[in-house]
Amino acid sequence: MLSIEQFPLLIVVISLLSAFTILILGWLNEKSSCYISIATILIQFIMSIFVLNHVLTVGTIRYWLGGWMPPWGIEYVIDAMSAYMLVTLLFLGLLCVVYSKRNIEHELPRKLVSFYTAYQLLIAGLCGVVVTGDVFNMFVFIEIMSISSYALIASRGKIALKASFTYLIMGSIGACFFLLGIGFLYSVTGSLNMHDLAILLPPLYGNKVVQAAFVFFIVGLAIKMALFPLHTWLPDAHAFAPAEISAMLSGIIVAVSTYAFIRVAFSVFTTKFIIMYLPIFDILCWVSVIAMLYGSVLAITQTNLKRMLAYSSVANMGYIMLGVGLSTSTTLGLTPALMHILNHAVMKGCLFMVAGAFIYKADLWDIEDFRGLGRKMPYTTFAFILAALAMVGMPPSVGFVTKLYLIIACMEANQFIFVVAIFISTLLIVYYFWRVIEYMYIKVGDKDDKEVEVDEVPLSMLIPILILGVLCFVIGIIWLIDLPLPLMDAVNSLFGLGRVI
Amino acid sequence: MYLGYITFEEAKQALKGEERTYERDVVVETISRVMIPFIQLFALYVIIHGAGGPGGGFQGGVIFASSFVLFIIAFGISKAGKRISEANLTRLTSLGVYIFAGVGLLCLIFTIGAVQYLNYGFVPLTSHFAENRALCMDLVEIGIGITVMAAVTSIFFDLAWGRSEKEE
Amino acid sequence: MIDLILAKYNYWAFIILMLIGFYAMTAKDNLIKKVIGLSIFQTAIFLFYISLGDVTGGTEPIVSDEIISKGYIYVNPLPHVLILTAIVVAVATLAVALALVIRIYEEYGTIEEEEILEIERGRETSCQ
Repeated sequence: MLSIEQFPLLIVVISLLSAFTILILGWLNEKSSCYISIATILIQFIMSIFVLNHVLTVGTIRYWLGGWMPPWGIEYVIDAMSAYMLVTLLFLGLLCVVYSKRNIEHELPRKLVSFYTAYQLLIAGLCGVVVTGDVFNMFVFIEIMSISSYALIASRGKIALKASFTYLIMGSIGACFFLLGIGFLYSVTGSLNMHDLAILLPPLYGNKVVQAAFVFFIVGLAIKMALFPLHTWLPDAHAFAPAEISAMLSGIIVAVSTYAFIRVAFSVFTTKFIIMYLPIFDILCWVSVIAMLYGSVLAITQTNLKRMLAYSSVANMGYIMLGVGLSTSTTLGLTPALMHILNHAVMKGCLFMVAGAFIYKADLWDIEDFRGLGRKMPYTTFAFILAALAMVGMPPSVGFVTKLYLIIACMEANQFIFVVAIFISTLLIVYYFWRVIEYMYIKVGDKDDKEVEVDEVPLSMLIPILILGVLCFVIGIIWLIDLPLPLMDAVNSLFGLGRVI
Repeated sequence: MYLGYITFEEAKQALKGEERTYERDVVVETISRVMIPFIQLFALYVIIHGAGGPGGGFQGGVIFASSFVLFIIAFGISKAGKRISEANLTRLTSLGVYIFAGVGLLCLIFTIGAVQYLNYGFVPLTSHFAENRALCMDLVEIGIGITVMAAVTSIFFDLAWGRSEKEE
Repeated sequence: MIDLILAKYNYWAFIILMLIGFYAMTAKDNLIKKVIGLSIFQTAIFLFYISLGDVTGGTEPIVSDEIISKGYIYVNPLPHVLILTAIVVAVATLAVALALVIRIYEEYGTIEEEEILEIERGRETSCQ
């Protein structure tokens, strides 16, 4: 009855409708809001798997909203990269909302309805960004996603309010720069559709307005995805948000901003523009290498576990951007960057959920208070070890696969100094994760330290943690046996990168 | 309250959670009683005539909400809270979104998934394709107007109560 | 040189407003002044868009006798629609920002950024 072509749109609309259903039904019965949210995201996830299957077998989905043809109407374009991002974000969203059932009842006892409404709007915004094929529509969905995340971060109160305010100011500057870039492009071409712009822009590549528009897009999206000099909002926002919102922020929201970056840089301004007119990808590689080292060095100096993980996120954004920067000069194309989006979401999601579990049980924020936790919460700390090994890069985990592909890409581009930087950052990662594991398993406290009486976290929080921990290795094996290769080849051939060269 | 200007002392008092004491002013109250229905009528005009002139759903909704703000300023917030309850505003927000998204889904339902989401021409209200489009556009504008009105009034309530309410 | 300044005065107005808003957002300590700076910044961008859509000698884009007699010259209505959407987004951001400022004031008792940071440093466990 309903063809699969309608599914991407229905994913966004169902999310929007369920946000407002939670608002009404939540006034009657507060507990039902969580179940509505879980059911909605489960339906969306199943639909997104059908979409991915359809895109790989049949081809790109082009959907004209309202029946109006592209230069006049808004178009939804689902190609391989969009379907891949859709599955990733809905998977992590599902696990986070299952985790949040007990956590939010404990942390925000009277704000359940508002939390789940804002969470559903966040999911709607995220799905909208990856699904749309129109530049202005992408701006609107980026802003929906950002405003929901400002409200969700601030829901804990106290210092989270100030962190969310800083994020609000910086995020709005980024979105306004994005809007300015759209304005410049519209003034010279008269079109807002990405496919149309890619056809209309090539005669105008030498025009200063187009180059200024490109610079505005890059800087605006760099603020949103916390690239090195513009990352200062990230540590506070990630450290003081509720645990599952930290996992969503770090794993998905910055990654969707990276997706927007790739979409604007490769679909609207094709690689020909970047190579011939405005070769920023060299600068991008160097900035991302500095981000890798800077994030790892600053993570070592933190005593707060969540802040340490937040700086580690800055470093991992450096990995993704290094993959993007090298994509035009290797045969691997965009594969390392897209692969690390999924891998980082899995690893960092597990780590933030474990940190949230520690806070849920005994309000433990500092690493030095973790003494003896290895015996008291065995499953949670075991998942932490799995995720930490994955971040370090032990084969065959996901971190190892990312670093392997990045090193192959660096060697093909003849930039051996980047290989050295990846090695140094791996050593730093080992250092700061070993410190936490040492406190959890090996160090025994003195008799007059505060003895925390904890036992294992409840099952609805434990299952997402263990699923993500095990997936760190299972997904690594899936990448190593080349199972997702057709998907990555489809993405690379879209932009003319990779083996097509 | 002196014609809408509040002193700093009253603001600090309100933020501590106590009720602001309102002085009733005859001139403001009488003028508001006369003006508020006309403002609401003008708001409805702007919503419906959005296609043929400046206006539309969002603008009309904000003008409608401004009539409620005038009510709050003139008569005090506790009296306004009894008239326009928070639960009703929440229900109106959801109702407006259901109208907007639902009209789009109607097109899918009536053609069993053959056409696109907001393709209003296929909703069988009248017999002409173009007339269907115009009618559904007006319906959607009304939905947007309801949502914007409820949301902006709700925002003003939350900012003006001055006590710890939940984040929205 | 004169042509650069006088003929493009709308772009100069937009740039000066944008820089004033940007300065207020970054250099001022008071949180309300930052929010006002954000509002000025966004308003400057809206002015830019609307000035893009102007057609010399054009009239409003509604089919009427006036426009038929003038030969169908009308201003471009698309930037106006884009700015309506962007204004809605700006209003939502402003609402969240003001709600956050009110909550920060209830929590800390001040809205100067320096004093908030001092209170945070003075607290025992700053991760509440």
